[in-house]
Amino acid sequence: MTKKKKWYDYLWIVSATYLILGFFNILFAWIGLLCFFIPLLIAIFGGDKMYCNKFCGRGQLFDLLGNKLGLSRKKDIPKFLRSKWFRYGFLIFFFIMFFNMLFSTYLVFEGTRDLKEVVTLLWTIKLPWNWAYDGTAVTPWVAQFAFGFYSVMLTSTVLGLITMILYKPRSWCVYCPMGTMTQTICKAKHRCNGACGISQQNDSPTT
Amino acid sequence: MAKRKANVQIKECVACGTCVKVCPVGAISVYKGLYADVSAKCVGCGRCAAVCPASVIEMQEVTP
Repeated sequence: MTKKKKWYDYLWIVSATYLILGFFNILFAWIGLLCFFIPLLIAIFGGDKMYCNKFCGRGQLFDLLGNKLGLSRKKDIPKFLRSKWFRYGFLIFFFIMFFNMLFSTYLVFEGTRDLKEVVTLLWTIKLPWNWAYDGTAVTPWVAQFAFGFYSVMLTSTVLGLITMILYKPRSWCVYCPMGTMTQTICKAKHRCNGACGISQQNDSPTT
Repeated sequence: MAKRKANVQIKECVACGTCVKVCPVGAISVYKGLYADVSAKCVGCGRCAAVCPASVIEMQEVTP
């Protein structure tokens, strides 16, 4: 039984295109900010995770690669990867690295540091990426942010691909910082600690 | 055969909605961005349990 596909079921094409565009012109990386702001705005104003549930192109991409193309072992994720400790820990780590990236952008803006045309994979591996930028198109800090932001997006995609292969296709969703953040916002908004609504739920064994 | 129903460990649920997409009868929805909520429409096929990336859905037998 296949459900009728909606327009948003094709957003994986956008996610894939985004990553490809970054190979040709790094400035496209800026578009990725939408993947940060849209889920947050939906969580803050809508109070739900509609972005994860319907619009996340990355989730769809992992689903497609893992299920349709069979690039996943479909094993259970280790318990520690889905623990609160790891999820929030990864979110904090992600934040630190994100602000570190913003600081690098600031240093270039201020003129203390020169533009580095590299994409940093997994926060350590520096990949030369100079073909994706002509060096003069925009103010250096705008380009620096693009390189930094693309690094964030590429790194998280690579991590997601690794866990897709090892565990369930959408394993990334378990520790995705945006997912953790939007769920936390929803919890705060609905004033509960994930335990609310138990009465109307089926958590207790049915009698 | 005893009737089965999906049971979500809601405290561990990441509310990603992967289960919602595979449910053939539309029995699951994500409740306020908090967790997956299974309605009485559940036919116990187990597709949601198979795809759940956090593996927090179990199929439970329901006594009528």
